[in-house]
Amino acid sequence: MVQARGAGVVFDAGGQRIVALEDVSLDVARGAFVSLIGPSGCGKTTLLRAIADLERLSSGAMLVNGQSPEQARLARAYGYVFQAPALYPWRNVERNVTLPLEIMGIGRAERRAAAARYLDLVGLAEFRRSFPWQLSGGMQQRVSIARALSFEPELLLMDEPFGALDEITRDNLNLQLHRLWRRTGRSVVFVTHSIPEAVFLSTRIVVMSPRPGRILEVIDCDLPAERDLEMRETTDFLRIAHRVRQALRAGHSYE
Amino acid sequence: MSDRGPGRGPHRPPRPFRNWVQRRQGSGGSQGAVGAEAWPVLTVLCAVLALWYAAALLMNLDQARSLAGEGAGTADLLGATLALDRPLLPAPHQIAGEMFDSIFGHPVSSARSLVFHAGVTAGAAACGFVLALVLGIGLAVGIVHLRVLDRSLMPWIVASQTVPVLAIAPMVVVVLGTIGITGLAPKALIAGWLSFFPITAGMVSGLRAPEPVQRYLLATYSATGAQVFALLRWPASMAFLFPALKVAAALSLVGAIVAELPTGAQAGLGARLLAGSYYGQTLQIWAALFMAALLAVLATGAVDLAQALLRRRRGGRL
Repeated sequence: MVQARGAGVVFDAGGQRIVALEDVSLDVARGAFVSLIGPSGCGKTTLLRAIADLERLSSGAMLVNGQSPEQARLARAYGYVFQAPALYPWRNVERNVTLPLEIMGIGRAERRAAAARYLDLVGLAEFRRSFPWQLSGGMQQRVSIARALSFEPELLLMDEPFGALDEITRDNLNLQLHRLWRRTGRSVVFVTHSIPEAVFLSTRIVVMSPRPGRILEVIDCDLPAERDLEMRETTDFLRIAHRVRQALRAGHSYE
Repeated sequence: MSDRGPGRGPHRPPRPFRNWVQRRQGSGGSQGAVGAEAWPVLTVLCAVLALWYAAALLMNLDQARSLAGEGAGTADLLGATLALDRPLLPAPHQIAGEMFDSIFGHPVSSARSLVFHAGVTAGAAACGFVLALVLGIGLAVGIVHLRVLDRSLMPWIVASQTVPVLAIAPMVVVVLGTIGITGLAPKALIAGWLSFFPITAGMVSGLRAPEPVQRYLLATYSATGAQVFALLRWPASMAFLFPALKVAAALSLVGAIVAELPTGAQAGLGARLLAGSYYGQTLQIWAALFMAALLAVLATGAVDLAQALLRRRRGGRL
């Protein structure tokens, strides 16, 4: 789904060269759930934005769904979920979900059917007439996930979508996202700070380190396909979480 | 409340705040709550009226005394000060009477009718307002989308507002008259000149209001520039447009009235003010002033109404 070879991104901040991403090679298989984890400034969001063609590569090459990132963006190959819900406050929940479909020129009846389907999937069918400010933060983020799914992209890019939520809400949404992924079979690239979240959701975990942002280690997460929250206390789960933590610590040479 | 959606349920304010919230929202309040809101306004109104009468008595006393001659009783004298034909300061009931007469006493098409003059002014102000709307929004769209315009136009727009249009409006009207532009056009031009700036300024802020993440979102859908404008910038700017429209509505009225002041204008509240001051018709002046105030209230009220309609479509927020 995504292939990166020696990908690098350099920012020019007032004459100062900042290497945000260096020599990143990564494969995301179709149907995989890949988490990018690492401390702040390790380039995980930059990598996600590069896949989405929101940042240009300074070096290396990348293919998204067999195309260049720009072609993939123009072909609407992915749905992007931002850290903030980024809902439009003047649109109700349903019309927020149908926004991408409107842009793609899809008819009204079909738009509404898609909104109904995906709002049901994230458990917000009864709130379709509400406005964003009437919903809690967790509900808003679920609306933004429904919006990203509404045009049925093959690839879902998620940038710390649950970062701003409390732990209970976060657990609940992790479970829902896992089931959603199982049901829809989409490929997901997921950025997170949280080790348990990454282990719980992923098929592969990419551990990154900062200055410059690069990949330290790729850990296969071979837990059973069907997961629930209790699994987080099993020894298999804790073993993988331990490996991720070890890898993260190795990257923190300045400690 | 049912149209506000189920999300409101858990956010119901605790009891001590409910009355206050209801009153602030102006909906669902009982008759008593409405009455309570009217009291402060009524109190101020009474105080103003009392002061006004006191001032009218003081200011008109000399004229009444000279008219009444020697030996008039105090009561007669006081009564006369509030019933002069050309008082220095008319009493409120005299203005009310004059307004009633000039509104209902003549057919609307007559030059003696205040409604006729108000209509002329309102027409010019409305044309100026539409002009300002088109110019104001057009300029803002250009400035937001073209860096060149932002650099080159903005200083001129600001400079245009330093021209004391109010002071030179009569001159402008006369000059325009000599090149054959008369009637509604010069008045609309001055009204538009005065009122486009708040609209431009408001819309520039409004069209730039969307956050980066809201724009990135549209980039991920590979939306066109026109779609970004129609789906994001324009709807986001509405919260900035309406306050600007309120200011512009009042300014366009001021512009229209000032443009009617120069000699030659036969109709309109401005002409009425000028004629009144020529002939010392203070009653006529004050009636025209109050009519202008009424027009301003109606104009801003119309903007409020449009805003309320849009707000309702957006679930209660702009």
